[in-house]
Amino acid sequence: MAMNENKKDAKVVTDWFDHPQNIKRLKIGFYLVLVLLVLPDLFMHKHTLFSSVEAWPGFYAVFGFVSCVVIILVSKLVGFGLKQKEDYYDRQ
Amino acid sequence: MIASSLHPSLLFFAGALLLWFLPLAGRRVLILLVPAAAFFLISQLEAGTAYNYQMFGFDLNLLRVDKLSKVFGYVFTLNAFACFLFGQHLKERYEHTASLAYIGAALGAVFAADLISLYMFWEVMAVTSTFLVLARKTERSYRAAFRYVMVHIFGGLCLLAGILLQVNATGSVAFDGFSLHGLPTYLILIGFLVNAAAPPMNAWLSDAYPEATVTGGVIMTAYTTKTAVYTLIRGFAGWEVLMVVGCVMAIYGIIWAILENDMRRILAYSIMNQVGFMICGIGIGTAMALNGAVAHAFAHIVYKALLWMSAGSVLYMTGKSKCTDLGGLYKTMPLTMIFGTIGALAISSFPFLSGYTTKPMIIEAGVHEGFFWVWLVLEIASAGVFLHAGIKFPYFVFFAKDKGLRPGEPPKHMLLAMAFMSFVCIFIGVFPQPLYNILPFGSVEFHAYTFEHTLNQFQLLMFSALAFFMLLPLLKRTETISIDTDWFYRKGGKLFVSFVDQVFNGINSWANEIFAKRFPGQLARFFDEPGGNLQKHALQLISELSGDESLLTDRKASVERRSRFGAYPVGGGVLLAVLAVAALSFFCFH
Repeated sequence: MAMNENKKDAKVVTDWFDHPQNIKRLKIGFYLVLVLLVLPDLFMHKHTLFSSVEAWPGFYAVFGFVSCVVIILVSKLVGFGLKQKEDYYDRQ
Repeated sequence: MIASSLHPSLLFFAGALLLWFLPLAGRRVLILLVPAAAFFLISQLEAGTAYNYQMFGFDLNLLRVDKLSKVFGYVFTLNAFACFLFGQHLKERYEHTASLAYIGAALGAVFAADLISLYMFWEVMAVTSTFLVLARKTERSYRAAFRYVMVHIFGGLCLLAGILLQVNATGSVAFDGFSLHGLPTYLILIGFLVNAAAPPMNAWLSDAYPEATVTGGVIMTAYTTKTAVYTLIRGFAGWEVLMVVGCVMAIYGIIWAILENDMRRILAYSIMNQVGFMICGIGIGTAMALNGAVAHAFAHIVYKALLWMSAGSVLYMTGKSKCTDLGGLYKTMPLTMIFGTIGALAISSFPFLSGYTTKPMIIEAGVHEGFFWVWLVLEIASAGVFLHAGIKFPYFVFFAKDKGLRPGEPPKHMLLAMAFMSFVCIFIGVFPQPLYNILPFGSVEFHAYTFEHTLNQFQLLMFSALAFFMLLPLLKRTETISIDTDWFYRKGGKLFVSFVDQVFNGINSWANEIFAKRFPGQLARFFDEPGGNLQKHALQLISELSGDESLLTDRKASVERRSRFGAYPVGGGVLLAVLAVAALSFFCFH
């Protein structure tokens, strides 16, 4: 397979994410976005598809969060049985 | 006039041949020219059928042009153009030949008007795509290619059996919506679903694609599964079982992608997840759902190719594809990171990118029909997509822990291909109307950008991201692989062989011991002195019955003496031999 022939390290263009203060800013920005996304729910009338629960403020936020937590936990559980060492199929 | 026009596949097959007569510069132009010309050709095709021929007494058509085949033709050629732009660095003819033939066959399958033509192109696709895995030229890729082609031969045989039974039952080779539920159509459905990577026949995808070459992987992601999506739309729209299959695939892909460590294998599982959405739409079967499935296939081909290009660039520059080996690449590959992130956000149906204007059509179509479970599963899966492909892929490859790798950006043609695909992702996300206009099932009554809908989607995605970062310790990458259904033919096959080996070879050696060694030996000893032996056994029996064994030894000795001197007539032996042969022939030939 073709490989990078130039083994010399490339120039670092940015290392923005290496600075703790940047990560801190990113986190604050992220939490701010989360709050701003749920805020309009308090003031608007929301349509529902199947149940009145969907009209609760932040329904989709909670839905997304809980879905992902469940997915991660389930895959963790599944992983206990299915994860194997990389040479699993090469072993006799 | 349609009859005088070229078949789009023909361009690709001719290109595959022509490659062998051109120097490198010519080849580089050719591989871009072929898909561009094919795209133009398809845009000029008028509805109807052409390229009629006769086989087995049936009238067959190689070219059926309608809105459905055209839209797949557009995206197949558009994607081919970008993929060949990405693959400009390849100097060998071998890989490009396989790619051109593979894409040509995929187009052939899409434009085929009957089941027999479809089947031919179907098999050509299976064979030619195998070469894209073989071209990696590693021991692992050879083995994966072998498993890949075996699974596709199995799927092809199911399809062939189904087609033969279908032709037998209906007398028609037409490939339109199947209404008959029965063995023929079930077999055809299984054949299609194998190529769509539906469980349990899903593992070929995540097994073979990540073993393909850098460019081969990019090309393969589009055609096999999406040709299957096309055939399912054509043949099985509204078959409710597909809703279940689609929902299972959407969730299955996510869970396995989360367990996975190899970046291209993560993306392979996310193909399965996305095809699940489409198949679910096909199962719902309303005009909106089918339009949604087609639109999503279109958008998916583009952003998936983009994702594989960015992963391919990383593999090309670093030679590594495991998340445990990668990280911190944003420092020296910022453009690749940006393009990859655009693909990752598009697959997550982030507003203003292509997934957002296509996938919700399928979900909304399900809501229209009142399928609560479909809505629930697909919404959960939508959150999960962001988790496994939207964040996990870019995070572990470009950010996370810096592993000290300092590759530069990939060659310019690769960046250009990624920029092109990113543009298409954004374009479809912001101006979906041109795509909606070419959808085959009536006009599209779908508005993605209502304030409420967009807000809901942002909430869903951003809180999924929150869950990702809060549970990051649980998602730590490990140097492992995950067992999938390929276990049954990789490990299960070995276990089966050793089990069969033990049982049948055990029976064999036992039978050999008894029937080939011991039994003939005893027979031979017996017939050595047939008259004498018969008397000796009779004597033994009589003396045991009477309980008087005192004279037994003496009498046996005298029998032995007489028989040794040939005192019995030869005829006695012959008679016994004849009787034995008669008995044997009775048992053997009766």
